[in-house]
Amino acid sequence: MTEVVRVERGRYHDSVTLMRASAAAQDIPGVETVIAAMGTDLNRALLVQAGFPDPEATADDLVVAVSADGPATAEEAVAAIERHLAGRGAGAVGGGHQPPAPRTVESAAARAPDAGVVVVSVPGPHAYVEAAAALRAGRHVMVFSDGVDVGAEVALKREATTAGRLVMGPDCGTAILDGVGLGFANVVVPGAVALVAASGTGAQQLCCLLDGAGIGVRHVIGVGGRDLTSAVGGVSTLAALAALDDDPAVEVIGLVSKPPDPEVAEAVMAAAEGCRTPVVAALVGPGRPTLTDAAAEIARALGAAAPDPQWWRPPAGPGPARPGPVLGLFSGGTNAAEALVVLEERLGPVVSNVHHDPARRIGPFDSAGGAHAVLDLGDDALTAGRPHPMIDPAAVADRVRSGGAGAAAGPGVLLLDVVLGHGAHPDPASVLAPALADATATGAAAVAVLVGTHGDPQGLDRQAHALVGAGAIVHRSNAHAAAEAAALATGAGAEPIGTRSGRP
Amino acid sequence: MSGGTPSPVADLLAAPARVITVGAPTLDEALVAQGVPTVPVEWRPPPAGSAAAVAGVMADPRTAPANRTAVDRMAAVRPRLVDVRPAADLVGIARHQVLHAGPPLDWATASGPMRGAIVGACLYEGWADTPDAAERLAASGAIELSPCHDHACVGPMAGIVSPSMPMWVLDADGRTSRSTLNEGLGKVLRYGAFGDAVTERLRWMERVLGPILASGLRRHGPIDVGALIASMVAMGDEGHNRNRAGTSLLVRALAPDLVRTVGEGEADNAPGDVADVLSFIDANDHFLLNVVMGAAKLVADAGSGVAGSSVVVAMARNGTEFGIRVAGTGDRWFTAPAAVPDGLYLGGFGPDDANADIGDSAITETVGLGGFAMAGAPAIVQLVGGDAGDALGWTELMYELTLAEHPTWTLPVLGFRGVPFGIDAVRIVRTGVAPIINTGIAGRVAGTGQVGAGLVRPPLECFTAALAALAESAETAELAGAGGR
Repeated sequence: MTEVVRVERGRYHDSVTLMRASAAAQDIPGVETVIAAMGTDLNRALLVQAGFPDPEATADDLVVAVSADGPATAEEAVAAIERHLAGRGAGAVGGGHQPPAPRTVESAAARAPDAGVVVVSVPGPHAYVEAAAALRAGRHVMVFSDGVDVGAEVALKREATTAGRLVMGPDCGTAILDGVGLGFANVVVPGAVALVAASGTGAQQLCCLLDGAGIGVRHVIGVGGRDLTSAVGGVSTLAALAALDDDPAVEVIGLVSKPPDPEVAEAVMAAAEGCRTPVVAALVGPGRPTLTDAAAEIARALGAAAPDPQWWRPPAGPGPARPGPVLGLFSGGTNAAEALVVLEERLGPVVSNVHHDPARRIGPFDSAGGAHAVLDLGDDALTAGRPHPMIDPAAVADRVRSGGAGAAAGPGVLLLDVVLGHGAHPDPASVLAPALADATATGAAAVAVLVGTHGDPQGLDRQAHALVGAGAIVHRSNAHAAAEAAALATGAGAEPIGTRSGRP
Repeated sequence: MSGGTPSPVADLLAAPARVITVGAPTLDEALVAQGVPTVPVEWRPPPAGSAAAVAGVMADPRTAPANRTAVDRMAAVRPRLVDVRPAADLVGIARHQVLHAGPPLDWATASGPMRGAIVGACLYEGWADTPDAAERLAASGAIELSPCHDHACVGPMAGIVSPSMPMWVLDADGRTSRSTLNEGLGKVLRYGAFGDAVTERLRWMERVLGPILASGLRRHGPIDVGALIASMVAMGDEGHNRNRAGTSLLVRALAPDLVRTVGEGEADNAPGDVADVLSFIDANDHFLLNVVMGAAKLVADAGSGVAGSSVVVAMARNGTEFGIRVAGTGDRWFTAPAAVPDGLYLGGFGPDDANADIGDSAITETVGLGGFAMAGAPAIVQLVGGDAGDALGWTELMYELTLAEHPTWTLPVLGFRGVPFGIDAVRIVRTGVAPIINTGIAGRVAGTGQVGAGLVRPPLECFTAALAALAESAETAELAGAGGR
């Protein structure tokens, strides 16, 4: 055991620096005790207590005391202390200091007074807190999160009304504000149309149909799927209608929703009639016009040519018509609902996990038992804790494989949606096409609706060609895709719909 | 709408200059891809089981205005140092009663340093002749223990107050707080040391230090501690682990009046005693700490008792448990086991020698000093191996937990931004970020004294429990379930 005690007269370091230096030397293997301290009475007593001789030192003197397993180790410890004391200042604040990221919406809002909108996509049970924080910071809020209690939605929208702010959502998948897309949004040319949308994918389908007809969309205000229920009372829809009616750049307003609850429908229709701007209702449901019809009506209201939605077919034709049940696999709830309506009009009863009629409702993992089926794979129950199929279509591909491999009991016709745009998977066709190719190779027919624009980052044509290459018929109109699937299922063969084919 | 007033939400219909995002990174990336600048929130879920309480408190319409009220009241406090008097006169404690730091505790659950300090107090007061006799007396239940906080008092580390001890008296707007006089470092009562040296020092403080300070202070008149804290923060003190500048400022203010009490008036202090007092203060960089704590107690208490408020008005440790109080739940403590601080050790001591976190001194953090003001006192940050950048970062992180900034306690290095002020228990639970507390470290074994200094974080359980209590009494719209209202 070696003991070294050194006294340096008149050398001062503050106690914290010295404790740091001691700690650095203490880490050296073989070092027993290290004390680097000013020679105050207290520190001298500590030295004695630790077994060192009492140094002849004053409070103005630096004392370094080391006990170690040998002279070399002790010298190494003293050197380590010296290095530490010499290295002070290395950690001084430089110009590169970055403050920590904001941990709450309140903090972010304080740092960004010019951020008028907050996008909330935390898990549903936590969304109320962040959305309320946004409203209290004076911001509009888009609640992308699903699984938010309706009580929380009502509370948020009541607070928003008082604050003169707007809540888009909850479960608001898409919004476009003067050309800037929030959430899932297709890249559209700004124009004279604005949409109020209780349905995210419905709004995307309508945007894309209008885009295909050369009609631009300026705003999409999502309001959440429950806004037009009697519980919520259309609070956000009414506020959005009023705002859009005031915008001189908006010439036609479209209202996209499932059919509202009757008492809310009355208030909303009254508000729509009070608007100076024409309002076209696109309410997806049995016995109602499709979104493709609504796109045509909007075009008429603008005095523009009627949309003629594009489609693509495999060069070899749609493959052998094999009558059999349709299996619809949708990532978009409104696409699923609209397909359900179109199929039932043509084929009779269709079962679904989102059917309005409980008698025709099945669980998302139930067998359709040979019946025509439409599944909404983006339903809350299937996405809790998992990515939405628009973000990761692997879940859809799995269903194509398990349900469409041409087995005797398998479906005759696969019908699915592929959604492009910001927020969606960067190349959904690359995930879906291999599964579709396997299915079509074994005799199933496949029809896809491609919800996208030529401006979308995934490339509309590239996606269409990949799907067609897998043997699928591709439509930009969901209604047309569903109608073609129905025709294939009855063995009637491909039915010519529309006139504008793409060039695969 | 025909002829109506303009829509209040018309500003929504413009391309946003910037968007705040919280949640899925995909949605943030989609905006960045469109060339829209974003401010992403670093969000994480609150501790398991606390989401409903967070939402319940956020939905209580009283919370936001109550928090504003609590913070405004706290910010308006101007504490003054007015007197030094014996605890027996001030607190009404009598024979065999002592006050202690932190939430309530009894001898059975008291830690080594807390027991050591109780033993030391018994010896000092003459209630027992030997440490063994003192322990037996305390273990018999004959010594009544009560938290300082319940008597408008605060004490660092063990925080023991016995009847004969002189105490600082502070006031503000008719309210009073008291704190012990600081004994210095090393083997001292507050770190759990006892014995002749400790007793002798305490007797000198009672006989000489207390009366001389009292006479000097009365001669000087009240000292504006709020202003003193503002100065010391600008001079590199954070008011908890570093009080060097503040102690010097106190001496500068008091020294002439202390000197003039020699040969004057009733006090007629002896010149040697006055010199001893000045030397004692000079030898103790922490002398002002207890004054800062008394001031912080006045500030924090001003926020207490505002129904619905989630502002934290006390953080204190008794060496066994960490306890907090929030403005909306009165005197109720919310406690959890105290952690062992992370820090540097004196002499041959190491982490195995350390007791769990102890002391009322976290009242300084409660009002934005100590760990919250670290940006202004980068020397302290070395205790846990940080650098000056970390000092800035920690204060900046604490702004995430607070609702305001102190109007006069400002940090030059942050462009004279006020220290983070008005800790919100909701923010702590939402972010999972616990306050940063600078602290001394007491030896685990009774009688050891100080073994180190460092940083400690309170257990989040204190704050989740406080929120659960606030949520229970919330006047809240029903958020869960179908139907709404």
